[in-house]
Amino acid sequence: MLHYDRQVTTICPYCGVGCNLNLHIKDDRIVRVTSFYDHPVNRGNLCVKGRFGLEYVHHPDRLTTPLIRRNGRLEPASWDEALGLVAERLNAIKAESGPDSIALLSSAKCSNEDNYLMQKLARQVIGTHNIDHCARL
Amino acid sequence: MTNSIGDMLQARAFLIIGSNTTEQHPIIGLQIKRAVRRNGAKLILADPRKIELAQFATIHLQHEGGTDIPLLNGLAYVILDENLQDDEFIATRTENFEAWRKVVEQYPPDEVSKITGVPVDDIVAAARMYATNKPAAILYAMGITQHIVGHYNVTALANLAMLTGNVGVPGGGVNPLRGQNNVQGACDVGCLPNVYPGYQKVTDEEVRAKFANFHSNEQPPAKVGLTVIEMMNAMLEGKVRAMYIMGENPALSDPDSNHVRRCLEACEFLVVNEIFLSETAQMADVVLPAAASVEKDGTYTNTERRIQLAHKALDPPGQAKPDWQILCELAKRMGAPEDEWSYSHPSEIMEEIAAVSPIYGGIRYERLEPVGLQWPCWAPEHGGTPILHVGRFTRGLGYFTPVHHQPADELPDDEYPFMLTTGRLLQHWHTGTMTRRVGGLDYLVPEELVEINPIDAEKLGIEDGDWIRVSSRRGEVVARAHVFDRPRPGLVFMTFHFAEALGNVLTNAALDPIAKIPEYKVCAVKVEKLDSPPE
Ligand code: SF4
Repeated sequence: MLHYDRQVTTICPYCGVGCNLNLHIKDDRIVRVTSFYDHPVNRGNLCVKGRFGLEYVHHPDRLTTPLIRRNGRLEPASWDEALGLVAERLNAIKAESGPDSIALLSSAKCSNEDNYLMQKLARQVIGTHNIDHCARL
Repeated sequence: MTNSIGDMLQARAFLIIGSNTTEQHPIIGLQIKRAVRRNGAKLILADPRKIELAQFATIHLQHEGGTDIPLLNGLAYVILDENLQDDEFIATRTENFEAWRKVVEQYPPDEVSKITGVPVDDIVAAARMYATNKPAAILYAMGITQHIVGHYNVTALANLAMLTGNVGVPGGGVNPLRGQNNVQGACDVGCLPNVYPGYQKVTDEEVRAKFANFHSNEQPPAKVGLTVIEMMNAMLEGKVRAMYIMGENPALSDPDSNHVRRCLEACEFLVVNEIFLSETAQMADVVLPAAASVEKDGTYTNTERRIQLAHKALDPPGQAKPDWQILCELAKRMGAPEDEWSYSHPSEIMEEIAAVSPIYGGIRYERLEPVGLQWPCWAPEHGGTPILHVGRFTRGLGYFTPVHHQPADELPDDEYPFMLTTGRLLQHWHTGTMTRRVGGLDYLVPEELVEINPIDAEKLGIEDGDWIRVSSRRGEVVARAHVFDRPRPGLVFMTFHFAEALGNVLTNAALDPIAKIPEYKVCAVKVEKLDSPPE
């Protein structure tokens, strides 16, 4: 019997079936993944990715700070500096070459809320319909 | 999907085409196996490879890649020829039937057999099986859409469903299986160059006026924006100078990846939100660390249009933040109105989505437990929509659009004699950014293995596990061969999971002119055995 401190329900981050996951968490690590038998989408079943494929969230390669390219190399930076630079450069390029000189790629891996704001950024703030994601890929 | 995962068990027959369901949508695959084994449903599988479902298929039509339209028109021919169509449905719910019929009559089974390589008897048997076992569900995925005729392939499927009246009924329908966990949602909320949230056209003046009222800004001109592949080319031409990417890895996922890299290199200012330093993030000028899905609250919309709630389980590592927060901060810094970009929780963003997109009109976080809601969900008291087109199509009558066979953009020839098709494996996901960092999955499948038929392998002196070089007009890849009879002779199969042996170096970026989907599923390659393993 594995022990855990708490359980949290989420949605599988892989395919479009959208299986429900019940994460068992101990010391802030996912130690086990199950699902509920009465859920209409997957009825407790999970494939190998949903059940055993979440370990990547704990991987040491996770990005933990913003990075800015300086002299050809990506180096850690503060949020303030990184966001300041992005805002300044995007505004400058928009002013010089127009909103359609900027393109945005959103993500089929991100939430509806993230995606909604990405297209809002494109259409409201930048002023372009150049927004797409990998729906076709 | 027009229908729901749950109602599939009611199907008496399935036509599955261009979907490796048990590997790509494993839990739906499980449903199909159950429907076949337990309920005795018939399974017609159309796929150039002997995928796992072939073991469950009543008939396997192993047609040549890029010949879906003649195959589907051929099925329609037989159904009409044997008078198995649903006359009442055609009369009351469709139009343009006679014009379409004239085109279908050009596809008799013996002709179709020549184009597709499928025996005449199988075409006839499949047509009878689909038309006489009702309800019958059509399932398809990227194997149908990733062709220069992808849009027409889908049309051909819709025609078949209308011909047999398999629309708007449980266990029927035309069901695209959406790939990514939230590809449906990203489309729904407007991350497409031609539509605002809720599929409202950017060229429609009424829609533009609505959004102009809602947000305090001028709307962009009523002109469709660029799609992914068009953006890439525009960067090379200098027309697009900056790109902002959230959580995608086009350096590996896009076709003709050597070309894509040149495009990304040409980009003057590249910003990437990511959880790992992906191949694309490595090329960026600024990388912003994002929270993974289990580290934030949010909703995701699955392939059956079900909007589901995910809860935050963990804190993001270090300074990483949820994308929605990053976007809010950036927008404000770019000068966006403070009050239109201040949300204390994603549920407030959903309220805004509901306010601007009628199909999400009734979605509220408190309504999404325990099982979510399927859109269209028009109002807070609306219960959602498990099956689309019941009694009526969105446009009124269903339109029979005639479609013709058109060969793939690049077919095998003397120099590049094999057809390459690409796809994914059960154990990995897309470009491997996540799954190759999972010990167990990496253990199961640690490297690319090029699938090649034993007949072809023997001619080339290739044995299972040998190192081979696969090359197309766009590049070459070295990997080991997996010799078995899954692909039909003349066909090789690769994935795009492994950066060091990437199928997309070879693929063709030719686009469907309507859907702008690249033709990943067919290109021409040559295969050579290597005498020694690569360095
Ligand atoms: S568990 Fe498997 S089938 Fe379910 S959503 Fe995840 S990847 Fe898809």
